[in-house]
Amino acid sequence: MSVFDGLKYRRVYSPIHNLDPRIKFIYVCAIFAATIIYWELPPLITLFLIQVPFVVLAGVQREWIRSMRGAAFLATIIFVTNFIFSYISAGYTVTASNLEYAIAMTLRFIVLVESFSVFFLTTSPDHLGLALEQTRIPYEFCFAFTTAVRFVPVLAEEAQTIIDAQKARGLELERGNFLKRIRNYIPILIPLIVSAIRRSLELAEAMESRAWGATEKRTNLYVLKMHRGDLLLIAITILILAVAIYVRLFLEIPPLSSLLRGSFF
Amino acid sequence: MIEVKDVHFAYPNGVEALKGVSLTIKNGEFIAIMGENGAGKTTLIKHFNGLLKPTKGSIFVDKVETTEVSVAALARTVGFVFQNPDNQLFSETVEEEIAFALKNFGFKEKTIKGRVTWALNLLGLTQYRKTSPFMLSGGERKRVALASVLAWNPRILILDEPTIGQDHQQKEKLLQFILQMKTQRKTIIIVTHDVEFVAECDPRVLLMHQGKIVADGEARKVLTNPEILLHASIIPPQITQVFLQLSDFELPKEVIDVYEAREKLLNALERKAK
Repeated sequence: MSVFDGLKYRRVYSPIHNLDPRIKFIYVCAIFAATIIYWELPPLITLFLIQVPFVVLAGVQREWIRSMRGAAFLATIIFVTNFIFSYISAGYTVTASNLEYAIAMTLRFIVLVESFSVFFLTTSPDHLGLALEQTRIPYEFCFAFTTAVRFVPVLAEEAQTIIDAQKARGLELERGNFLKRIRNYIPILIPLIVSAIRRSLELAEAMESRAWGATEKRTNLYVLKMHRGDLLLIAITILILAVAIYVRLFLEIPPLSSLLRGSFF
Repeated sequence: MIEVKDVHFAYPNGVEALKGVSLTIKNGEFIAIMGENGAGKTTLIKHFNGLLKPTKGSIFVDKVETTEVSVAALARTVGFVFQNPDNQLFSETVEEEIAFALKNFGFKEKTIKGRVTWALNLLGLTQYRKTSPFMLSGGERKRVALASVLAWNPRILILDEPTIGQDHQQKEKLLQFILQMKTQRKTIIIVTHDVEFVAECDPRVLLMHQGKIVADGEARKVLTNPEILLHASIIPPQITQVFLQLSDFELPKEVIDVYEAREKLLNALERKAK
């Protein structure tokens, strides 16, 4: 469940938390775009480091590290598969460049997780819903989205209770071969899905009995406004994107190994 | 036998749920754990079958420390019925649901059949043998959950909030059932808010408040002590409240049973008539 912990929003105040979620989302998308146009290590390291000030400024280091730890398992898989394939395609030899390629692919994934985790850690579901609404997305969809986000931690907690209940009936999740282990999760997944469906029906009934959707035009208590910080973030975003595209198109990126050699000798 | 020695427990988010709990539960005892929401009741019972391990202190079940064995191994002795049956039901039929744990424990096919029939019978579920557990009512689902634990006949039985959502008749059956288990020298531990139910069963009561045990004794003593109860946000049983209100009339205070109350009142009336 540590992955979920790494995405759970906690109400604190920081310059990053106060930013307009729309701008933050554009920033995350820009990082996303910049990340996938590179497969070399040096720019990816740069993109990774660029975000560290955001984390520190938002004061979410602990949660952020936890989400990184949650991503470690997938990152390992990505590294191993990339390494094996480049090892095979390089003619069964380990070279500095194919090792670097595998590390770069892993780092690309980590940068993506990093930027999304900063976004979710510093944006409240309410703000997110508000942002969606103000971009003229139909309210039904916004509501469904915010509810889904809000229920992730609830479901995570419920999954833990279900695991406990089945363990108490002698279920051992770690027992057996690979296939058996997957089958061990059936007693966890079925109650989880059933209760999620049940919960959603109950929620729908409760919402309708509180006059959900009674008026066509809905107003909001809070309205998102742009501040100076948001403009600054837009500027940073454009800068990052522009530099990233420029470097990609017009400069040649040396591999990290030669960069290091250059600095040492 | 369960021995709890100065157990502390903190959840990963830092909430200290248990702050030094010590107690001994002997074989064949019937115990009700009570207390306000968040007092640490569920946290405590989850330690008894090893689902949670103490952050400080130790717990021994039949002289074996819970940190030394797996939950599955402990579950063989300690049966735990969760509050919400929907947290465990997943099979296509009630029968399979009850057989699940038996298969996990590696019982033989023939034994499983016998045990399932026995458990279905015990809880009046025989007619639902081939029904999907999801089609049953809330009360029936709760009984299926109970049956699925009883099937392997654990020596210690833990029931989390067994009376919630049960009508009077079902509660009466539950009571009968608990008394029956008592005669078989089984240890029964229930967690409940239902004072009236506890008053009827007359178990040993453990009262918890903010991660500590604040009272431990016969139901008759604990449930009739308004100061202690107030501390743990519990109201005495109605019959006790009447007797507490009537304390000026030389009536005893420690009454939790309706029949006893009737006798005491009749005696008092007779005394007055003389």
